[in-house]
Amino acid sequence: MTFLKRSPWILHYDASSCNGCDIEVLACLTPLYDVERFGIINTGNPKHADILLITGGINSQNRPVVRNLYEQMPEPKVVIAVGVCAATGGIFRECYNIVGGIDKVIPVDVYVPGCAARPEQIIDGVVKALAILEEKREKMTGEARHAAEAGEST
Amino acid sequence: MNGIVGAVLFLILAPLAGGLIAGIDRKITARMQGRVGPPILQPFYDVGKLFEKESVVVVTAQNFYVVAYLVFIALSGAFFFAGGDLLLIVFAFTLAHVFLVLGAYAVHSPYSHIGAERELIQVMAYEPMIILAAVGLYMVSGSFYVADMAATTVPAILYLPGVFLGLAVILAIKLRKSPFDISTSHHAHQEIVKGITTEFSGPTLGQIEIAHWYENIFLLGLVYLFFAWNPVIGVVAVAVTYVAEIFIDNVTARVRWQTALKGGWLAALLGIANLAILSYMMIGGA
Ligand code: SF4
Repeated sequence: MTFLKRSPWILHYDASSCNGCDIEVLACLTPLYDVERFGIINTGNPKHADILLITGGINSQNRPVVRNLYEQMPEPKVVIAVGVCAATGGIFRECYNIVGGIDKVIPVDVYVPGCAARPEQIIDGVVKALAILEEKREKMTGEARHAAEAGEST
Repeated sequence: MNGIVGAVLFLILAPLAGGLIAGIDRKITARMQGRVGPPILQPFYDVGKLFEKESVVVVTAQNFYVVAYLVFIALSGAFFFAGGDLLLIVFAFTLAHVFLVLGAYAVHSPYSHIGAERELIQVMAYEPMIILAAVGLYMVSGSFYVADMAATTVPAILYLPGVFLGLAVILAIKLRKSPFDISTSHHAHQEIVKGITTEFSGPTLGQIEIAHWYENIFLLGLVYLFFAWNPVIGVVAVAVTYVAEIFIDNVTARVRWQTALKGGWLAALLGIANLAILSYMMIGGA
Protein backbone atom coordinates (compact mmCIF):
# COMPACT_ATOMS: atom_id res chain seq x y z
CA MET A 1 0.00 0.00 0.00
CA THR A 2 1.40 3.35 -0.91
CA PHE A 3 0.09 6.49 0.70
CA LEU A 4 2.47 9.02 -0.78
CA LYS A 5 0.35 9.57 -3.88
CA ARG A 6 -2.72 10.24 -1.80
CA SER A 7 -1.22 12.82 0.49
CA PRO A 8 1.22 15.15 -1.26
CA TRP A 9 2.04 18.19 0.84
CA ILE A 10 3.30 21.16 -1.11
CA LEU A 11 5.78 23.87 -0.24
CA HIS A 12 5.21 26.90 -2.43
CA TYR A 13 8.17 29.26 -2.90
CA ASP A 14 8.17 32.48 -4.90
CA ALA A 15 11.69 32.81 -6.30
CA SER A 16 11.38 35.98 -8.37
CA SER A 17 7.99 35.65 -9.93
CA CYS A 18 5.94 38.68 -11.01
CA ASN A 19 3.26 37.21 -8.67
CA GLY A 20 1.10 36.16 -11.63
CA CYS A 21 1.95 32.51 -11.26
CA ASP A 22 1.59 32.70 -7.46
CA ILE A 23 -1.96 33.90 -7.76
CA GLU A 24 -2.72 30.96 -10.02
CA VAL A 25 -1.10 28.57 -7.52
CA LEU A 26 -3.25 29.97 -4.73
CA ALA A 27 -6.30 29.77 -7.00
CA CYS A 28 -5.85 25.99 -6.88
CA LEU A 29 -6.75 26.09 -3.18
CA THR A 30 -9.99 28.00 -3.66
CA PRO A 31 -13.40 26.28 -3.63
CA LEU A 32 -13.41 26.29 -7.46
CA TYR A 33 -10.41 23.96 -7.84
CA ASP A 34 -10.09 22.74 -4.23
CA VAL A 35 -6.94 20.62 -4.49
CA GLU A 36 -7.51 19.39 -0.94
CA ARG A 37 -9.83 16.90 -2.68
CA PHE A 38 -6.66 15.01 -3.60
CA GLY A 39 -5.19 15.30 -0.14
CA ILE A 40 -2.95 18.15 -1.25
CA ILE A 41 -2.05 20.54 1.56
CA ASN A 42 -0.17 23.80 1.14
CA THR A 43 2.31 23.70 3.99
CA GLY A 44 4.76 26.40 4.95
CA ASN A 45 7.32 23.98 6.32
CA PRO A 46 9.97 22.33 4.09
CA LYS A 47 10.37 19.54 6.63
CA HIS A 48 6.73 18.52 6.13
CA ALA A 49 6.69 18.92 2.35
CA ASP A 50 6.84 16.32 -0.42
CA ILE A 51 6.64 18.66 -3.39
CA LEU A 52 8.56 21.89 -3.84
CA LEU A 53 6.58 24.16 -6.14
CA ILE A 54 8.57 27.17 -7.34
CA THR A 55 7.43 30.14 -9.39
CA GLY A 56 9.78 32.66 -10.98
CA GLY A 57 13.44 32.42 -11.87
CA ILE A 58 16.48 32.21 -9.64
CA ASN A 59 18.16 35.51 -8.78
CA SER A 60 21.48 35.96 -7.10
CA GLN A 61 19.92 36.61 -3.71
CA ASN A 62 17.63 33.60 -3.44
CA ARG A 63 20.06 31.05 -4.83
CA PRO A 64 21.15 29.81 -1.35
CA VAL A 65 17.54 30.01 -0.09
CA VAL A 66 16.24 27.65 -2.78
CA ARG A 67 19.10 25.22 -2.16
CA ASN A 68 18.44 25.33 1.56
CA LEU A 69 14.70 24.70 1.21
CA TYR A 70 15.36 21.79 -1.12
CA GLU A 71 17.89 20.22 1.20
CA GLN A 72 15.61 20.51 4.23
CA MET A 73 12.89 18.42 2.60
CA PRO A 74 12.99 14.73 3.60
CA GLU A 75 13.22 12.14 0.78
CA PRO A 76 11.37 11.25 -1.42
CA LYS A 77 10.72 14.70 -2.88
CA VAL A 78 10.06 16.29 -6.26
CA VAL A 79 10.39 19.81 -7.65
CA ILE A 80 7.89 21.51 -9.94
CA ALA A 81 8.84 24.68 -11.82
CA VAL A 82 5.68 26.68 -12.53
CA GLY A 83 5.65 29.22 -15.37
CA VAL A 84 8.23 30.06 -18.02
CA CYS A 85 10.18 32.20 -15.58
CA ALA A 86 10.81 29.12 -13.42
CA ALA A 87 11.71 27.11 -16.50
CA THR A 88 14.19 29.48 -18.17
CA GLY A 89 14.04 32.89 -16.52
CA GLY A 90 11.27 33.93 -18.92
CA ILE A 91 10.93 37.59 -19.78
CA PHE A 92 13.28 38.46 -16.93
CA ARG A 93 16.06 36.35 -18.35
CA GLU A 94 18.10 39.32 -19.56
CA CYS A 95 17.98 41.09 -16.20
CA TYR A 96 21.30 41.69 -14.50
CA ASN A 97 20.34 39.79 -11.36
CA ILE A 98 18.61 36.75 -12.89
CA VAL A 99 20.58 33.53 -12.98
CA GLY A 100 18.02 31.58 -15.02
CA GLY A 101 15.52 28.76 -14.45
CA ILE A 102 15.19 26.77 -11.24
CA ASP A 103 17.26 23.93 -12.72
CA LYS A 104 20.33 26.13 -12.47
CA VAL A 105 20.35 25.41 -8.73
CA ILE A 106 18.37 22.25 -7.97
CA PRO A 107 17.10 19.34 -10.09
CA VAL A 108 13.61 19.98 -11.48
CA ASP A 109 11.24 17.06 -12.17
CA VAL A 110 8.26 18.76 -13.82
CA TYR A 111 8.05 21.96 -15.86
CA VAL A 112 4.62 23.60 -16.08
CA PRO A 113 4.52 25.97 -19.07
CA GLY A 114 2.53 29.19 -19.34
CA CYS A 115 2.69 32.85 -18.48
CA ALA A 116 0.91 32.68 -16.18
CA ALA A 117 0.41 28.91 -15.83
CA ARG A 118 -3.28 28.10 -15.53
CA PRO A 119 -4.58 26.35 -12.41
CA GLU A 120 -5.63 23.33 -14.51
CA GLN A 121 -2.08 23.06 -15.83
CA ILE A 122 -0.61 23.38 -12.36
CA ILE A 123 -2.86 20.61 -11.06
CA ASP A 124 -1.86 18.50 -14.06
CA GLY A 125 1.79 19.17 -13.28
CA VAL A 126 1.25 18.04 -9.69
CA VAL A 127 -0.39 14.81 -10.93
CA LYS A 128 2.65 14.17 -13.16
CA ALA A 129 4.90 14.90 -10.20
CA LEU A 130 3.03 12.30 -8.12
CA ALA A 131 4.02 9.54 -10.56
CA ILE A 132 7.67 10.61 -10.28
CA LEU A 133 7.35 10.83 -6.51
CA GLU A 134 6.08 7.25 -6.43
CA GLU A 135 9.00 6.10 -8.61
CA LYS A 136 11.46 7.76 -6.23
CA ARG A 137 9.82 6.15 -3.23
CA GLU A 138 10.08 2.69 -4.81
CA LYS A 139 13.73 3.30 -5.55
CA MET A 140 14.28 4.50 -2.00
CA THR A 141 12.63 1.50 -0.32
CA GLY A 142 14.33 -0.80 -2.86
CA GLU A 143 17.71 0.62 -1.90
CA ALA A 144 16.89 0.33 1.79
CA ARG A 145 15.93 -3.32 1.28
CA HIS A 146 19.14 -4.04 -0.62
CA ALA A 147 21.15 -2.38 2.11
CA ALA A 148 19.37 -4.43 4.77
CA GLU A 149 19.97 -7.66 2.83
CA ALA A 150 23.61 -6.80 2.30
CA GLY A 151 23.86 -6.06 6.01
CA GLU A 152 22.39 -9.46 6.89
CA SER A 153 24.70 -11.41 4.61
CA THR A 154 27.83 -9.90 6.09
CA MET B 1 -11.57 -7.15 34.55
CA ASN B 2 -13.96 -4.76 32.81
CA GLY B 3 -11.33 -2.11 33.24
CA ILE B 4 -8.65 -4.03 31.36
CA VAL B 5 -11.06 -4.70 28.49
CA GLY B 6 -11.87 -0.98 28.30
CA ALA B 7 -8.20 -0.03 28.29
CA VAL B 8 -7.28 -2.58 25.59
CA LEU B 9 -10.26 -1.57 23.45
CA PHE B 10 -9.22 2.07 23.78
CA LEU B 11 -5.62 1.37 22.80
CA ILE B 12 -6.73 -0.52 19.68
CA LEU B 13 -9.84 1.38 18.60
CA ALA B 14 -9.04 4.97 19.57
CA PRO B 15 -6.56 5.60 16.72
CA LEU B 16 -9.13 4.25 14.24
CA ALA B 17 -11.99 6.29 15.66
CA GLY B 18 -9.77 9.34 16.14
CA GLY B 19 -8.55 9.24 12.55
CA LEU B 20 -12.08 8.80 11.26
CA ILE B 21 -13.32 11.75 13.32
CA ALA B 22 -10.43 13.85 11.99
CA GLY B 23 -11.48 12.89 8.46
CA ILE B 24 -15.11 13.80 9.07
CA ASP B 25 -13.89 17.02 10.66
CA ARG B 26 -11.99 17.97 7.52
CA LYS B 27 -14.94 17.06 5.33
CA ILE B 28 -17.40 19.15 7.35
CA THR B 29 -14.92 22.04 7.42
CA ALA B 30 -14.58 21.87 3.62
CA ARG B 31 -18.35 21.83 3.17
CA MET B 32 -18.71 24.85 5.45
CA GLN B 33 -16.25 26.64 3.16
CA GLY B 34 -18.11 25.57 0.00
CA ARG B 35 -15.45 23.03 -1.00
CA VAL B 36 -15.65 19.31 -1.79
CA GLY B 37 -12.98 18.40 0.73
CA PRO B 38 -10.67 15.39 1.04
CA PRO B 39 -11.86 11.79 1.39
CA ILE B 40 -12.97 10.74 4.88
CA LEU B 41 -9.96 8.43 5.15
CA GLN B 42 -7.50 11.25 4.34
CA PRO B 43 -5.96 11.41 7.86
CA PHE B 44 -4.97 7.73 7.52
CA TYR B 45 -3.36 8.42 4.14
CA ASP B 46 -1.48 11.33 5.66
CA VAL B 47 -0.12 9.35 8.58
CA GLY B 48 0.64 6.38 6.30
CA LYS B 49 2.60 8.69 4.08
CA LEU B 50 4.51 10.19 6.99
CA PHE B 51 5.72 6.71 7.88
CA GLU B 52 6.91 6.22 4.29
CA LYS B 53 9.09 9.32 4.41
CA GLU B 54 12.73 9.55 5.31
CA SER B 55 13.31 10.15 9.00
CA VAL B 56 15.19 13.41 9.43
CA VAL B 57 16.37 13.92 12.98
CA VAL B 58 17.96 17.12 14.21
CA VAL B 59 18.62 15.97 17.78
CA THR B 60 18.03 12.37 18.89
CA ALA B 61 16.40 13.54 22.12
CA GLN B 62 13.47 15.01 20.21
CA ASN B 63 12.30 11.56 19.09
CA PHE B 64 12.56 10.20 22.59
CA TYR B 65 10.31 12.98 23.87
CA VAL B 66 7.74 12.38 21.16
CA VAL B 67 7.58 8.67 22.01
CA ALA B 68 7.10 9.64 25.67
CA TYR B 69 4.33 12.03 24.60
CA LEU B 70 2.55 9.30 22.65
CA VAL B 71 2.92 6.74 25.45
CA PHE B 72 1.62 9.07 28.17
CA ILE B 73 -1.33 10.26 26.08
CA ALA B 74 -2.24 6.64 25.30
CA LEU B 75 -1.78 5.70 28.98
CA SER B 76 -3.98 8.50 30.30
CA GLY B 77 -6.68 7.54 27.79
CA ALA B 78 -6.35 3.87 28.69
CA PHE B 79 -6.73 4.69 32.43
CA PHE B 80 -9.77 6.73 31.56
CA PHE B 81 -11.51 3.96 29.66
CA ALA B 82 -10.45 1.48 32.35
CA GLY B 83 -12.51 3.59 34.77
CA GLY B 84 -9.48 4.84 36.72
CA ASP B 85 -8.96 7.85 38.96
CA LEU B 86 -9.73 11.02 36.96
CA LEU B 87 -7.21 13.15 38.86
CA LEU B 88 -4.37 10.73 38.06
CA ILE B 89 -5.50 10.74 34.43
CA VAL B 90 -5.48 14.53 34.24
CA PHE B 91 -1.94 14.68 35.63
CA ALA B 92 -0.64 11.97 33.25
CA PHE B 93 -2.29 13.91 30.44
CA THR B 94 -0.50 17.13 31.41
CA LEU B 95 2.82 15.29 31.75
CA ALA B 96 2.39 14.05 28.17
CA HIS B 97 2.20 17.62 26.91
CA VAL B 98 5.24 18.59 28.92
CA PHE B 99 7.14 15.93 26.95
CA LEU B 100 5.96 17.41 23.67
CA VAL B 101 7.11 20.87 24.78
CA LEU B 102 10.50 19.46 25.84
CA GLY B 103 10.81 17.79 22.45
CA ALA B 104 10.24 21.09 20.70
CA TYR B 105 12.72 22.85 23.00
CA ALA B 106 15.36 20.17 22.31
CA VAL B 107 15.93 21.59 18.83
CA HIS B 108 17.64 24.91 18.25
CA SER B 109 15.00 26.41 16.03
CA PRO B 110 13.30 29.73 16.78
CA TYR B 111 9.98 28.59 15.30
CA SER B 112 9.98 25.42 17.30
CA HIS B 113 10.75 27.44 20.44
CA ILE B 114 7.94 29.92 19.83
CA GLY B 115 5.58 27.00 19.29
CA ALA B 116 6.78 25.35 22.51
CA GLU B 117 6.32 28.59 24.44
CA ARG B 118 2.80 28.98 23.11
CA GLU B 119 2.02 25.37 23.93
CA LEU B 120 3.05 26.05 27.55
CA ILE B 121 0.72 29.06 27.57
CA GLN B 122 -2.06 26.83 26.28
CA VAL B 123 -1.36 24.29 29.03
CA MET B 124 -1.60 27.14 31.57
CA ALA B 125 -4.86 28.25 29.99
CA TYR B 126 -6.67 24.91 30.01
CA GLU B 127 -5.20 23.18 33.05
CA PRO B 128 -7.37 24.91 35.74
CA MET B 129 -10.54 24.16 33.82
CA ILE B 130 -9.74 20.47 33.30
CA ILE B 131 -9.10 20.02 37.03
CA LEU B 132 -12.34 21.88 37.82
CA ALA B 133 -14.19 19.51 35.50
CA ALA B 134 -12.80 16.58 37.48
CA VAL B 135 -13.82 18.24 40.77
CA GLY B 136 -17.30 19.01 39.45
CA LEU B 137 -17.88 15.45 38.32
CA TYR B 138 -16.66 14.32 41.75
CA MET B 139 -19.16 16.56 43.53
CA VAL B 140 -22.01 15.12 41.50
CA SER B 141 -21.08 11.45 41.53
CA GLY B 142 -19.27 11.31 44.89
CA SER B 143 -16.21 9.59 43.44
CA PHE B 144 -13.08 10.44 41.47
CA TYR B 145 -13.26 7.12 39.63
CA VAL B 146 -14.38 7.34 36.02
CA ALA B 147 -16.18 4.00 36.39
CA ASP B 148 -18.44 5.50 39.12
CA MET B 149 -18.95 8.74 37.18
CA ALA B 150 -20.07 6.77 34.13
CA ALA B 151 -22.41 4.62 36.21
CA THR B 152 -24.09 7.49 38.06
CA THR B 153 -27.79 8.04 37.49
CA VAL B 154 -27.56 11.75 38.27
CA PRO B 155 -27.70 13.97 35.16
CA ALA B 156 -24.38 15.75 35.80
CA ILE B 157 -24.98 18.35 33.11
CA LEU B 158 -27.95 19.82 35.03
CA TYR B 159 -25.72 20.45 38.04
CA LEU B 160 -22.68 21.53 36.07
CA PRO B 161 -23.77 23.71 33.13
CA GLY B 162 -21.07 26.29 33.89
CA VAL B 163 -18.37 23.65 34.17
CA PHE B 164 -19.49 22.12 30.89
CA LEU B 165 -19.42 25.47 29.10
CA GLY B 166 -15.95 26.14 30.47
CA LEU B 167 -14.84 22.72 29.26
CA ALA B 168 -16.26 23.50 25.82
CA VAL B 169 -14.08 26.63 25.68
CA ILE B 170 -10.88 24.83 26.54
CA LEU B 171 -11.86 21.98 24.22
CA ALA B 172 -11.17 24.40 21.37
CA ILE B 173 -7.64 24.80 22.74
CA LYS B 174 -7.15 21.08 23.10
CA LEU B 175 -8.51 20.18 19.67
CA ARG B 176 -6.12 22.77 18.21
CA LYS B 177 -8.95 24.79 16.77
CA SER B 178 -9.48 28.46 16.10
CA PRO B 179 -9.64 30.90 17.90
CA PHE B 180 -7.01 29.28 20.13
CA ASP B 181 -4.85 27.53 17.57
CA ILE B 182 -1.70 29.40 18.55
CA SER B 183 0.97 26.76 19.09
CA THR B 184 0.79 24.69 15.89
CA SER B 185 -0.73 27.43 13.74
CA HIS B 186 -2.62 24.88 11.68
CA HIS B 187 -4.58 27.50 9.82
CA ALA B 188 -2.16 30.38 9.76
CA HIS B 189 0.61 28.35 8.24
CA GLN B 190 3.86 30.19 7.58
CA GLU B 191 3.24 32.64 10.41
CA ILE B 192 5.48 30.64 12.75
CA VAL B 193 6.10 27.97 10.09
CA LYS B 194 4.45 25.08 11.94
CA GLY B 195 5.05 26.12 15.51
CA ILE B 196 5.66 23.27 17.90
CA THR B 197 5.75 20.64 15.13
CA THR B 198 8.14 22.57 12.84
CA GLU B 199 11.17 20.40 13.50
CA PHE B 200 9.38 17.07 13.53
CA SER B 201 9.03 15.31 10.21
CA GLY B 202 8.23 11.93 8.72
CA PRO B 203 7.53 9.09 11.18
CA THR B 204 7.95 11.37 14.22
CA LEU B 205 5.25 13.71 12.95
CA GLY B 206 3.11 10.62 12.33
CA GLN B 207 3.47 9.69 16.01
CA ILE B 208 2.38 13.17 17.06
CA GLU B 209 -0.66 12.84 14.81
CA ILE B 210 -1.60 9.46 16.33
CA ALA B 211 -1.14 10.87 19.83
CA HIS B 212 -3.53 13.65 18.85
CA TRP B 213 -6.15 11.09 17.80
CA TYR B 214 -5.83 9.32 21.16
CA GLU B 215 -6.15 12.67 22.87
CA ASN B 216 -9.31 13.62 20.99
CA ILE B 217 -11.08 10.38 21.87
CA PHE B 218 -10.14 10.83 25.52
CA LEU B 219 -11.49 14.41 25.49
CA LEU B 220 -14.75 13.32 23.87
CA GLY B 221 -14.98 10.66 26.59
CA LEU B 222 -14.67 13.45 29.16
CA VAL B 223 -17.52 15.32 27.47
CA TYR B 224 -19.60 12.14 27.56
CA LEU B 225 -19.27 11.89 31.36
CA PHE B 226 -21.49 14.95 31.71
CA PHE B 227 -24.33 13.06 30.01
CA ALA B 228 -23.46 9.57 31.23
CA TRP B 229 -26.84 8.97 32.88
CA ASN B 230 -28.35 8.38 29.45
CA PRO B 231 -26.00 6.83 26.84
CA VAL B 232 -28.11 7.92 23.84
CA ILE B 233 -28.21 11.55 24.93
CA GLY B 234 -24.51 11.20 25.78
CA VAL B 235 -23.46 10.15 22.28
CA VAL B 236 -25.67 12.80 20.67
CA ALA B 237 -24.26 15.47 23.00
CA VAL B 238 -20.68 14.47 22.15
CA ALA B 239 -21.45 14.73 18.42
CA VAL B 240 -23.19 18.10 18.82
CA THR B 241 -20.31 19.46 20.89
CA TYR B 242 -17.77 18.41 18.28
CA VAL B 243 -19.71 19.88 15.37
CA ALA B 244 -20.11 23.10 17.37
CA GLU B 245 -16.32 23.18 17.81
CA ILE B 246 -15.86 22.79 14.04
CA PHE B 247 -18.34 25.60 13.46
CA ILE B 248 -16.53 27.93 15.88
CA ASP B 249 -13.25 26.94 14.22
CA ASN B 250 -14.59 28.15 10.89
CA VAL B 251 -16.21 31.40 11.97
CA THR B 252 -13.58 32.81 14.30
CA ALA B 253 -10.19 34.35 13.67
CA ARG B 254 -7.20 33.37 15.76
CA VAL B 255 -6.59 35.45 18.89
CA ARG B 256 -3.34 36.52 20.51
CA TRP B 257 -1.88 34.42 23.27
CA GLN B 258 -2.92 36.95 25.92
CA THR B 259 -6.56 36.55 24.93
CA ALA B 260 -6.22 32.78 24.77
CA LEU B 261 -4.88 32.75 28.32
CA LYS B 262 -7.64 35.06 29.56
CA GLY B 263 -10.23 32.97 27.72
CA GLY B 264 -9.07 29.80 29.43
CA TRP B 265 -9.09 31.43 32.86
CA LEU B 266 -12.48 33.09 32.33
CA ALA B 267 -13.78 29.62 31.52
CA ALA B 268 -12.25 28.45 34.80
CA LEU B 269 -13.98 31.32 36.65
CA LEU B 270 -17.27 30.18 35.16
CA GLY B 271 -16.51 26.69 36.42
CA ILE B 272 -15.62 27.97 39.91
CA ALA B 273 -18.84 29.99 40.11
CA ASN B 274 -20.78 26.91 39.11
CA LEU B 275 -19.04 24.78 41.74
CA ALA B 276 -19.53 27.45 44.44
CA ILE B 277 -23.26 27.58 43.84
CA LEU B 278 -23.40 23.79 43.73
CA SER B 279 -21.59 23.37 47.05
CA TYR B 280 -23.75 26.07 48.62
CA MET B 281 -26.88 24.21 47.52
CA MET B 282 -25.48 20.90 48.80
CA ILE B 283 -24.67 22.36 52.22
CA GLY B 284 -28.07 24.04 52.32
CA GLY B 285 -29.76 20.74 51.47
CA ALA B 286 -27.89 18.74 54.13
S1 SF4 C 1 5.71 33.08 -16.06
FE1 SF4 C 1 4.66 35.00 -16.46
S2 SF4 C 1 3.09 35.13 -14.85
FE2 SF4 C 1 4.58 33.57 -14.21
S3 SF4 C 1 6.04 34.66 -12.97
FE3 SF4 C 1 6.87 34.68 -15.04
S4 SF4 C 1 6.12 36.63 -15.93
FE4 SF4 C 1 4.90 36.22 -14.09
